[in-house]
Amino acid sequence: MWRMLCSDSRYNRRAEAPCASPATTCSSRTGRRAALGRFCCSSGTSMPLRKVWKTFWATPASSLMQATVKKVWKTFWATPASSLMQATVKKEYLNLQGRLLSSVKICTCSSLTSQAWSSVSTLHALSRPSDANLPDQWGLSSPEKHYSQMKELHDRWRLSTVNREYLVCPSYPPAVIVPKNIDDDMLEKVAKFRQGGRFPVLCYYHKKNGTVIMRSSQPLTGANRKRCREDEQLLQAAIEGSDKGYIIDTRSSQQALQASMTGGGFESKSCYSSWKRLHRQMERGKALQESLIKLVEACGDEYHNMDRWLSKLENSKWLSHVQTALSTAGLLAECVERDGHSVLVYGSEGKDSTLLISTLAQLIMDPYCRTLEGFLALLEREWVQAGHPFQQRCAHSAYSHARLQQESPVFLLLLDCVWQLWRQFPLALGFSEALLLRLATEAYASNYGTFLCNSDQERCVLGLKENTHCLFQALLRPRERDCYSNPLYEPTELAIWPSVHPQSLQLWRGFFLRRTPQARHLEEVQEEIRNMVIKWGKLALS
Amino acid sequence: MFLLVVCVCVCVCLQVEQVRLLDRFSNKSTNGTLYLTATHLIFVERSLQSDSILHHHIASVEKLSLTTTGCPLVIQCRNFRVVHFVVQRERDCHDIYSSLLLSYEEVYAFSYNPKQNDQQREEGWQIIDLGAEFERMGVPCDQWQLTNVNIDYKVCETYPRDLYVPITASKPIIVGSSKFRSKGRFPVLTYFYQEKKAAVCRCSQPLSGFSARCLEDESMLQAISKANHNSRFVYVMDTRPKLNALANRAAGKGYENEDNYSNIRFQFVGIENIHVMRTSLQKLLEVIGTRSLSMSDFLVGLESSGWLRHIKAVVDAAIFLAKAVTVEGASVLVHCSDGWDRTAQVCSLGALLMDPYYRTIKGFMVLIEKDWISFGHKFADRCDQLDGDPKEVSPIFTQFLECVWQLTEQFPQAFEFSEWFLLQIHEHVHSCQYGNFLGNNQRQREDLRLRERTHSLWAFLMSEKQNYLNPFYSPAYSEAHPVLEPSTLPYHFKFWRNMYHQFDRSMHPRQSILKTVLTMRENNRKAESTLQALEKVKVQRQEEDDDDDEQEEVGEEATESTDTERTVEGSSGTESRKQSYGELEGTYNSESAKEEPAVVSLEFGVARMTC
Repeated sequence: MWRMLCSDSRYNRRAEAPCASPATTCSSRTGRRAALGRFCCSSGTSMPLRKVWKTFWATPASSLMQATVKKVWKTFWATPASSLMQATVKKEYLNLQGRLLSSVKICTCSSLTSQAWSSVSTLHALSRPSDANLPDQWGLSSPEKHYSQMKELHDRWRLSTVNREYLVCPSYPPAVIVPKNIDDDMLEKVAKFRQGGRFPVLCYYHKKNGTVIMRSSQPLTGANRKRCREDEQLLQAAIEGSDKGYIIDTRSSQQALQASMTGGGFESKSCYSSWKRLHRQMERGKALQESLIKLVEACGDEYHNMDRWLSKLENSKWLSHVQTALSTAGLLAECVERDGHSVLVYGSEGKDSTLLISTLAQLIMDPYCRTLEGFLALLEREWVQAGHPFQQRCAHSAYSHARLQQESPVFLLLLDCVWQLWRQFPLALGFSEALLLRLATEAYASNYGTFLCNSDQERCVLGLKENTHCLFQALLRPRERDCYSNPLYEPTELAIWPSVHPQSLQLWRGFFLRRTPQARHLEEVQEEIRNMVIKWGKLALS
Repeated sequence: MFLLVVCVCVCVCLQVEQVRLLDRFSNKSTNGTLYLTATHLIFVERSLQSDSILHHHIASVEKLSLTTTGCPLVIQCRNFRVVHFVVQRERDCHDIYSSLLLSYEEVYAFSYNPKQNDQQREEGWQIIDLGAEFERMGVPCDQWQLTNVNIDYKVCETYPRDLYVPITASKPIIVGSSKFRSKGRFPVLTYFYQEKKAAVCRCSQPLSGFSARCLEDESMLQAISKANHNSRFVYVMDTRPKLNALANRAAGKGYENEDNYSNIRFQFVGIENIHVMRTSLQKLLEVIGTRSLSMSDFLVGLESSGWLRHIKAVVDAAIFLAKAVTVEGASVLVHCSDGWDRTAQVCSLGALLMDPYYRTIKGFMVLIEKDWISFGHKFADRCDQLDGDPKEVSPIFTQFLECVWQLTEQFPQAFEFSEWFLLQIHEHVHSCQYGNFLGNNQRQREDLRLRERTHSLWAFLMSEKQNYLNPFYSPAYSEAHPVLEPSTLPYHFKFWRNMYHQFDRSMHPRQSILKTVLTMRENNRKAESTLQALEKVKVQRQEEDDDDDEQEEVGEEATESTDTERTVEGSSGTESRKQSYGELEGTYNSESAKEEPAVVSLEFGVARMTC
């Protein structure tokens, strides 16, 4: 067991980075926040760590026992996001055998939670290592590029730069695609009517029938049913020439009603006569976070009791969330592909479950999104640029027992859903499970700047594009590409409709049980497939 | 999709038009005609796609109350298929219902004829030779011998004729011991671990009651212990829960008292009995048969059915056995109540963990033949082959197959066969199409003269071996890991969708890695052989260039002809493979399903049947 982990040099290598200068301060805005976060962490780490912390101070450094270190180990066994911590503790321990390093340092390392890690790695990422052999271009896709690639869009949609100063909507990128006959003044008014200024923008154009997916945040109708003419016009313009559109609200109708009491709300039937609203409740925020915590806890449970495991798995509700996400995405894709109607998606803020289902629906329908480049570009467009607050959501993984209100594994849920798709259509996706695993790790702690900050604006202020490397570019380097592409990939033009029966969905063992020998066997098989395909490919060429 | 068996000389007993076949989990339905023959129920769609169900597979038929669209008929099959027909006229429905309920006098195997002559049939039966298998293990040897005590089934009629016992166990000891054991099933050798000279033996429970003793039985165990010099003691594994064993004492049965037997280590394992297993599976099937099941209900149902818990218990027991033998080098005696259900599960699974040979296709056949068929697992009763006692029916063998599947999931490189092999075996355990699984024990099989009157499944599976290969199998892995050490942490056990939802196409992955890799391998093999052929031609050409002009022409012709022959062979091979895969899987999304070739030639089959 120990040897296996030790041999995982990838982690060891990465683990070196944060040790460099944990005390460096940063004058920038994000840096300050990160430092603050770290301060919080050290006072509020989860129980087992605190115990270890105490043990460290109580025992003289020379009598540091193997058992103590092992304890940390066991606690984090099978927890994904803490893999970095594992690696470090392990590394320090190895050094201990030869020469005792300062025990304080070990403490620091083991008590650092992901928040601190990511802040430290911010610094590391900012220092821009010279060995990375990367092209200077940052990112794969931009709204401008997206727009110019889609010639079909140009009759009825335009690229608006109303948000170039990030004044209309702080979480949107400077350029967005909107209906052609809606001018920037109107957009500003619509933005005031939508929470956080997230007015409806186009995120996907379905070439087969010309329908679109748009996303926004909830309208601020409030208790007295406020209206906004411009908002109605914008939505009407979006479905010009068609009689109906769908609005998919990722809250239950009850939740939507409640939201209207506090200033939020939903589009009323009378004002938006050609739109039909569908409610599909999806958990978000805290509930999702609790779910992940429970699941990780269940996966770390070493009890040999089947009933206990199944009830814990059920109790965590994680798989239910996967099922809901996939079926809602299926519904969305069905509206677009089968019924031929345009759809507007939102939840409350439009930064979490909204992005989740619009991304999944695009994967289901669009063959280009299923290629390696296409998928990364999709993530960049729909998550990074569309303003998913990565820094707030992916700070602690499963170890922030109600400490941070903003923590939520929505991105992880997306990766899990994509994995389910991959399992059901192993030939239709151009990327492999390894890519999903890598992304899951990078989202929590990364040497690259891609998942840092909460929005385009923050990234711009920090100058991330100048100071860090782009993860997506790095993943497309030839060597990485070999590793992350799917050897069995066979492009198909058809939509891939996933089955959402509970019998068809599975726990993502490759991720949640990553450190078991069984997961290694599966990896070996994947490797075997790759080798076979390469061998046969060579033969075919000869 | 079902394997359509082109039956010879079958006449249609009943034909009903305008029948709707409903999908179990969606609102889709297809219209077609239903034919009832002596052996099959066949549904032919408008598009001439057809499905057939063997009568033997039908576990229950249920007529639901009349609806506006017609009379619904639900058929549940032993291979976990559930078919829902709606027949327009009630009279037709009743006809089908009543003719399906008729019990058949003879099993299908006696009428099934795959067009083989007697010699081929005989060869099919000779594929598996248990004498050779024991020789492979290294038995008889200086400690173990073949005994002819049961040559006329006099001592134990549920055992085979040939039995292996310790060299020091004399005939009186054997006979005495058999009288002290339930159903006369005295301790005999089932697996010999050559490396440590440790033996796995099996028997039934002793008739000890509260205090009874039997000196012969004690010396029998002594003999087993002495046959192994590596260990001073023998493990006695009682695979029942302790409570069950205690309850049995009141009925004059029970378990070995450690005080009476020298050098034994007694151990309960706690696998539940056949009735618990039956109810557990029923509960599971009930849960997964629910329409629009939520994830929570599924997991709660999975838990409350206890099915995976039982699977885990069997695997745990097998691991205990394998560890005792391979690590401690101790001999183990396994028993349960009668020694033909749980004992068979544990012994065979234990051997599978210990010996890489059993993880090959041939070896797995041998294992089933040895531990299940020959040692008298009551297939006829457990699989309800001919309307028997419903209390005797239990999915013991299904459970064994599932345990093996769980292992293949943990060790994808260790098994030569894929999941389809297990599914196919399961299919035929219930189909009664081949003679192997008929009857309850060897004696009954001999009385039925099965070897002369029926065919062997193993021969059929061997002829289709290509379809069942696991492309990831690596003999090198087996060499490096002769003994498998599976983890039994609960999260390594999964719900076996392809078994319990084999026929619910909407639930399967729409694309299969296994199938793709197999196809690629096949193509690759073909490409390789073409390449070789071309190279040969090239060499030949060069040689011929040196020869006379006349000869050159002849030579060219000859090579051409061999070349075409080769490609024809190759393509026909892939086609048949593809077909059978289509049948087994048929899991594509509707668009690509159309690319699949239609199953066999339907028109041919129907024409045959109506004449």
